[in-house]
Amino acid sequence: MKYSLGNIQYFWPKQTVESFYQSAIDSDVDIVYLGESVCSKRREMRLKDYLYIANELTKANKQVVLSTMVLLEAPSELNELKKYCDNGDFLVEANDISAIQLLTERKLPFVAGSALNLYNHHALKLLTEQGMVRWCIPVELSRDRLKNIVYQCEKTNIRHKFEIEVTSFGHLPLAFSARCFTARSENRPKDDCQLCCINYPNGRLTQSQEGESLFVLNGIQTMSGYCYNLSGEQQNMQGLVDIMRVLPESEEAFHIISQLKQGNSLYSETHHSNGYWHQIPGLSTAL
Amino acid sequence: MELLCPAGNLSSLKTAIDSGADAVYIGLKNDTNARHFAGLNFSKSKLEQAVSYVKQHNKKLHLAINTFANSENWQVWKESVDLAADIGVNVLIAADISVLNYARTHYPDLELHLSVQASATNAEAINYYAKNFNIQRVVLPRVLSIHQVKQLARSTEVELEVFAYGSLCIMAEGRCHLSSYLTGESPNMNGVCSPAKFVSWQDTEQGLESRLNNILIDRYSANESAGYPTLCKGRFNVDDTLYHTLEEPTSLNSMELLPQLINMGVSSIKIEGRQRSSAYVREVTQTWRQAIDACLKKKQEFTVNPQWQHTLASLSEGNQTTLGAYHKQWQ
Repeated sequence: MKYSLGNIQYFWPKQTVESFYQSAIDSDVDIVYLGESVCSKRREMRLKDYLYIANELTKANKQVVLSTMVLLEAPSELNELKKYCDNGDFLVEANDISAIQLLTERKLPFVAGSALNLYNHHALKLLTEQGMVRWCIPVELSRDRLKNIVYQCEKTNIRHKFEIEVTSFGHLPLAFSARCFTARSENRPKDDCQLCCINYPNGRLTQSQEGESLFVLNGIQTMSGYCYNLSGEQQNMQGLVDIMRVLPESEEAFHIISQLKQGNSLYSETHHSNGYWHQIPGLSTAL
Repeated sequence: MELLCPAGNLSSLKTAIDSGADAVYIGLKNDTNARHFAGLNFSKSKLEQAVSYVKQHNKKLHLAINTFANSENWQVWKESVDLAADIGVNVLIAADISVLNYARTHYPDLELHLSVQASATNAEAINYYAKNFNIQRVVLPRVLSIHQVKQLARSTEVELEVFAYGSLCIMAEGRCHLSSYLTGESPNMNGVCSPAKFVSWQDTEQGLESRLNNILIDRYSANESAGYPTLCKGRFNVDDTLYHTLEEPTSLNSMELLPQLINMGVSSIKIEGRQRSSAYVREVTQTWRQAIDACLKKKQEFTVNPQWQHTLASLSEGNQTTLGAYHKQWQ
């Protein structure tokens, strides 16, 4: 099993990001995803800043992958995506089919991110022919369904062509919208958001009127209210999963990765969930 | 400019055709359908009748096989495509690349439209589907502003279809797991959001409560009208502020944009609502038929008749309508 650090989903100040990745250099992580995938207005970090960090991480023997935007609407966003694809050195994670179009045109290999809707072996076969070398499964996919896909991939002799990665820890990206929910929560229109999401380094918690944590608002992205935690599932990932991905909430991510690497389960005083993996509601917990 | 109307059963389909639709879109009674609601949709024999009624009237039938197939039951999606081709629907609407690939490989003459569930929001995404599967049309997600639709129209040869009226998905379609997060049933895989079997209502001292899988979605005081607990339209707390955190219960109505949509060369105007009644289909189809005809005739002098607006508002969620993402301020 390898362990990866997903790209930062929130909007953190540049200094925080730089010091976070400084810590990554000395951590146990094997693979680091870098880049902005949520909102193109977040410009504390530019591609050149990420490429600088990418080179530092590479020197420390980490594999670097550049993550790209999930929801691209404006031509300017496509231009930025092209720059990521043309970086010349690093593997790219496609989070929208547009990235696959650009990468296949360039005959470059790619990671298929969890925001792509890939739910069966026929879809995976097509993408392996187009250059997919790794598949991060949709967050809502269960172990049973994954097992079935893997079985079919083995039967059709494509399983060896790509790695399988599972988002295993952190608040899950659940939905993407034209609307910015953080701006809305401050009564601002998106055009005049004043980048207010920088004030919420872990998003804004949304609770039901009975106090149940439902979602976390993070710009145009809606995330799971509970932290997803598959640390107790490592045993039953054997033979199915090659990489466990941790989504960073803070520098705590490096401790989590060390614990996972030692095969330990992580317990928390706050409620965690693992429902999706067990094919029950995502916010539920199977013991 | 095509008027494309929804039908959840044969009676609605006939109503749509009789009320002025140029084309009707429907789905099968199985998991392949992104509007897989209990009691709705088409069996094989109803589909045959639908094809024959539409042909008799010289209109078009679009069949949506637009959820994402799983490995275990991939056969169901394959057989649904086979059925669509054999029975002679005019258009197949699909989202999953495996379904598109199968349809294109086995039925090269079948017209393919990219479903809104594929969430193609930019020119390169459309390009991918056009190059790989030769799609003729893309149904645009309800996340684009009118300016962005215009930019897309200029940058692609693929026909554009836009949602004009009906329930409003606040999220990019196909990119929302909120419903599976709360209920375990996935719109992408099972074709239904906020499924009715998880809905419950209870009168309490604090008001009428609507729940989805026992999670409180909203609570209504006596003078408020209660809506179906689609979870993105619930009232939740962020810190201590209670509000419609994601979206108010409201419907999309883009009628005032008709002249712009026609000018930019949009091919089809789509009405949402395969889960709605025949009466809804009749009223909405008739209203949009009149508006499109008037707009094509008068072009720039087109104004929205207040009676049309009134009819559409009365059929909307919470009797409210919005321009949605087409209007930048909404975002």
